[in-house]
Amino acid sequence: MSPARLLIIDARHGLRHIAREKLVDVLRAGDLVVANDAATLPASLHGTHVRTGEPIEVRLAGRASLSPELADFSAVVFGAGDFHTKTEDRPPPPMLARGDELALGPLPATVTGLLGHPRLISLHFASSPDEIWSGIAHHGRPVQYAHAPTPLALWDVWTPIASPPVAFEPPSASFALDWQMIAALRARNIGFATITHAAGISSTGDSELDDRLPLDEPYEVTLSTARAIAHARSSGGRIVAIGTTVVRALEHSARNDGTVHAGPGLATGRVGRGTRLRVVDAILTGVHERGTSHYELLRAFADDPTLSSAAEVLAAHGYRPHEFGDSVLVIHADPLIAAAGM
Amino acid sequence: MGDVAAKDDIYPMALQVLGELGGLDILVNNASDLGPAPLALLGDTECEDFERALATNVLGPFRLTKALLGALAASARQGRGAVVLNVSSDAAVNAYPTWGAYSASKAALRHLTQIWDAEVSEHGVRCLSVDPGDMDTPLHALAAPDADRSTLKRPDAAARELLDVIAEILSTSRAQLKLSPTEGLDKSDEQRGAA
Repeated sequence: MSPARLLIIDARHGLRHIAREKLVDVLRAGDLVVANDAATLPASLHGTHVRTGEPIEVRLAGRASLSPELADFSAVVFGAGDFHTKTEDRPPPPMLARGDELALGPLPATVTGLLGHPRLISLHFASSPDEIWSGIAHHGRPVQYAHAPTPLALWDVWTPIASPPVAFEPPSASFALDWQMIAALRARNIGFATITHAAGISSTGDSELDDRLPLDEPYEVTLSTARAIAHARSSGGRIVAIGTTVVRALEHSARNDGTVHAGPGLATGRVGRGTRLRVVDAILTGVHERGTSHYELLRAFADDPTLSSAAEVLAAHGYRPHEFGDSVLVIHADPLIAAAGM
Repeated sequence: MGDVAAKDDIYPMALQVLGELGGLDILVNNASDLGPAPLALLGDTECEDFERALATNVLGPFRLTKALLGALAASARQGRGAVVLNVSSDAAVNAYPTWGAYSASKAALRHLTQIWDAEVSEHGVRCLSVDPGDMDTPLHALAAPDADRSTLKRPDAAARELLDVIAEILSTSRAQLKLSPTEGLDKSDEQRGAA
């Protein structure tokens, strides 16, 4: 695969193409890069709907908190088949009712609720945390993508900075990072900090369900990260988010004065056109199609004409979309540091 | 949990550790493989025995450290520090006849550890290898079946010594991490708040 590219979309200074590994060159001493350190669960669990004996695939998709002892998830369910078949061509899941038992390999699970759509349920594992983690580790498979040539292994979906396994799909912007780059940031006096955000599924193949994405996502901002943000802002540095989940977490945890509240939170609602950003000055993300929640989030950073002309340039230059493709860096037209400097 | 010599076991192990603990401060790579048992001259050593020793003693610790590096670095950023301790041997530095496979793998692990440390200590993660001495373990019995066990160190005593080493490194790391610019600024903030 050819080296990843990066389109800089600077609302004030126009567009610029660089190699993504040169990201550090567009940052300044004092800036702070913030990434999501969530590792990705092997969230796809195949098994049987006990009452009917029918095959079922459960994709864990959401959780209420980051607690390691969590046994309750929301999940998207599919019928027979696997990722080789397009979602829309797969048979629907068995008709589920509250209280139904599922046998997911070594993990028995109970349907605890139907969440307003035939494919969206809540699920409870009655096993001990030890059994749940062992079961997920040995029976679960990463959610697969039709565009990936071979099935993804767990090491493919963990970013270099992956830590607590709480994400359901990779916080894919963090694939732009490697330890060489993190060392380069340090060498240039650019800060590096992380938050943990349980990135949920980005697409289900069902448009009605996709309209409800992203689901509420728990996150945690550590005290050291909140302090690093305060330090960067007070000295005129920009906050550069690696990925949409970082924007979602930081803006949700922000107070009106732009300081960030340290601790756990549950990100609700969407960031998009009309959102007044309080913390994040720039975002590194993948190449997203118009209409997706990821694209929608970029409208908080740049106006529609800017994003439209960027979309044309991305298409004309053959930038690769998807989770493992090329990237864009969108720099806000009106940097927050102007306000923070006062 | 898993076999450190098996590539496919590494990430499921890392997942279970990080899932249950929520993060990681300390990684101890202590699983070891002797190579040929009984010990053999290199000329009599089966390649497969050497490969197994390398998989367990070198590749396993490398893979596990790599898979868990994100968590260890996160712990360091949060001011707790992080340590990778690799269990070494005097065979890592001395060339004892018949210990070739084990010795070469432990020498590689020792060198690997030094390079890890040179590369990740700037991120607050310290890596070191420690020789616990001759312990009364199944591996030692395999290597020297006739040894007088009363002269060997008990494994729990060795573990206690390793813990003391780890505690000392963490304490030094934490003191250094507190001196980072961010923390320094924070202190002055607090002083300003108090004034």
